[in-house]
Amino acid sequence: MEILIQQLFNGLTIGSVYSLVALGLTLVYGILHIPNFAHGALYMLGGYITLSMMTLYGVNYWIAMFVSIIVVGLLGVLLERFVFRLLREAPPLHDKIAAIGILLFLEAFAQFVWGADFHTMTSPYGQVVNIMGLTFTLQRLLIIVSAIAVMVLLYLFLKKTYAGSTIIAMSQSREGASLVGININKVAMLTFMISGGLAAIASSLASPINLVFPGMGHLVILKAFVIIILGGMGSIPGAIVGGYILGFSESLGATYISNDYKDIIAFILLVVILTMKPTGLFAKGER
Amino acid sequence: MKILTKRNGIIALIIFAFSFPFIAQNDYYLHMLTLSFIWAIAVYGINLLSGYTGYLSLAHAGFFAIGAYSLGLLTVKAGMNFWLALVAACLITCTIGFLIGLIALRTKEHFFAIYTLCVGYIIYLVIDKWEGLTEGVRGLIGIPAPGNIGPITFDTAASQYYLVLIFLLAVILIVYRIIRSLTGRTYMAIRNSEDLAQTIGISTMKNKLTAFVLSTFFAGLAGALYASFIRFIGPDIGSTAIMFDLLMYLLVGGIGTLSGPLVGTLLLVILSQNLQFLQEYRMLIFGPLLTVIIIFYPRGIAGAFFDWQRKRKDNELSGVRSEMHIKAEEG
Repeated sequence: MEILIQQLFNGLTIGSVYSLVALGLTLVYGILHIPNFAHGALYMLGGYITLSMMTLYGVNYWIAMFVSIIVVGLLGVLLERFVFRLLREAPPLHDKIAAIGILLFLEAFAQFVWGADFHTMTSPYGQVVNIMGLTFTLQRLLIIVSAIAVMVLLYLFLKKTYAGSTIIAMSQSREGASLVGININKVAMLTFMISGGLAAIASSLASPINLVFPGMGHLVILKAFVIIILGGMGSIPGAIVGGYILGFSESLGATYISNDYKDIIAFILLVVILTMKPTGLFAKGER
Repeated sequence: MKILTKRNGIIALIIFAFSFPFIAQNDYYLHMLTLSFIWAIAVYGINLLSGYTGYLSLAHAGFFAIGAYSLGLLTVKAGMNFWLALVAACLITCTIGFLIGLIALRTKEHFFAIYTLCVGYIIYLVIDKWEGLTEGVRGLIGIPAPGNIGPITFDTAASQYYLVLIFLLAVILIVYRIIRSLTGRTYMAIRNSEDLAQTIGISTMKNKLTAFVLSTFFAGLAGALYASFIRFIGPDIGSTAIMFDLLMYLLVGGIGTLSGPLVGTLLLVILSQNLQFLQEYRMLIFGPLLTVIIIFYPRGIAGAFFDWQRKRKDNELSGVRSEMHIKAEEG
């Protein structure tokens, strides 16, 4: 019983990170129809920037994370402006490949600047708390609470602000949005900025319990793709629910099935889903 | 009579390729060229599917690894004859390719790319974790070189070079015949618009599936040749890094062109070998190169060359036409 609760808690932690990554991915997909394979590299870069800010300049964890959000967000804007905007009219194959090119570059860049070694990030919240005989590390609690806070903020931003509604308008119809005077280019850049920022938050939160290394985004991004297919490509609630479903199935699978094969679970899940429904769960019909 | 025709050019290239072992100073160049020919075979497979049929597969490093491991396991663990194992390796890859294609090809566009990316990752993870069969991360060692065919032996670098060259030429010939045939036109029809192709009575699933199986066949063949050439294989050959390498060879050379895979593979393999100091960081250059090429030259080097040639020919033609026009006016 205790093991089960512990694993459910772990699932909640991993699921929160997955949801944040998948949210950024699904925002870009829902609005610009780009499956951004470079999103994992943005995640990786976010971790490195937070780490460097903390070790090199000795700044506070939260300030380091803030810098990381800004930098990765701006990088997202650059990618939109100088790569994906130029490919907007190209066949769908091309932006996938451009994203792969960016991914390869950013990984080599991280290896060039920070080396290929594994780094550990020390968080100020390493304490262990004891609740009803179960032990939790404070960092894990922090991940869950912050992730939920970010999701609520994102929801409020999308529903309550003007900039947020332009994003929603564009995800519903690009032509319609531009007809009512929404600047498509600005919205696209804003979307990429939020997407990059979310990736940076996710990696800054997760790095203290994982490790920081150039390939750290690989599995995470693959799983994020599984999640957004699970939750319906482009759907925001879908990405959140999908993230938690995957988090739970992995942490339970690792305990009760096999720890060696826990990474396969996500992909088997995807293969099964697409085998039964080739257009993904909850497909909206078009696309 | 023009000497510089396309046909003569190809003949000259083939003669050059066959005489290369006599020209090359040392075995290093031969080794490098043989390796890039092996990669090129796999890239031709991806090109048939992604370039001509329009389905971006990210699982082909997995099929390459299946071919390599099939040959390795059959020769090392089962002690099978090399040539028999080579045929079996291709058949195994094709069978797995057929089964995966049957399901994967029901998905389209982004879904297909993501699906195959995950399939590739599953293949990699299975090879990595199934230690009882594949030896896991330690990899397979002691894979034999190609066996003798009668008096011909394959124990020198030059003989292995010729073997791979012949396979490559056969693959190029097969691909050439396919894309010039009705089947090839069918693939392009599917690439341009699947719905339209279906409307005019093309069985898209059957055609997509043959294209997919054929492309896995080439990947498996390349993998098997790689295993017997390098004599050692590890799970890394099925990793996404290899997949992205192959994709880059294809894109830089020119996706959807016949010469693209060879041009791209040769160029990038030779470049990265000569930039040894860049080995680890070569993606710092190749990554942006890939992105820039896809933006400005979507059909790669070969495609850009053909476009340039066509433009020049058009200019010549219009030049001739206006000359005739002037003459007619004068007359």
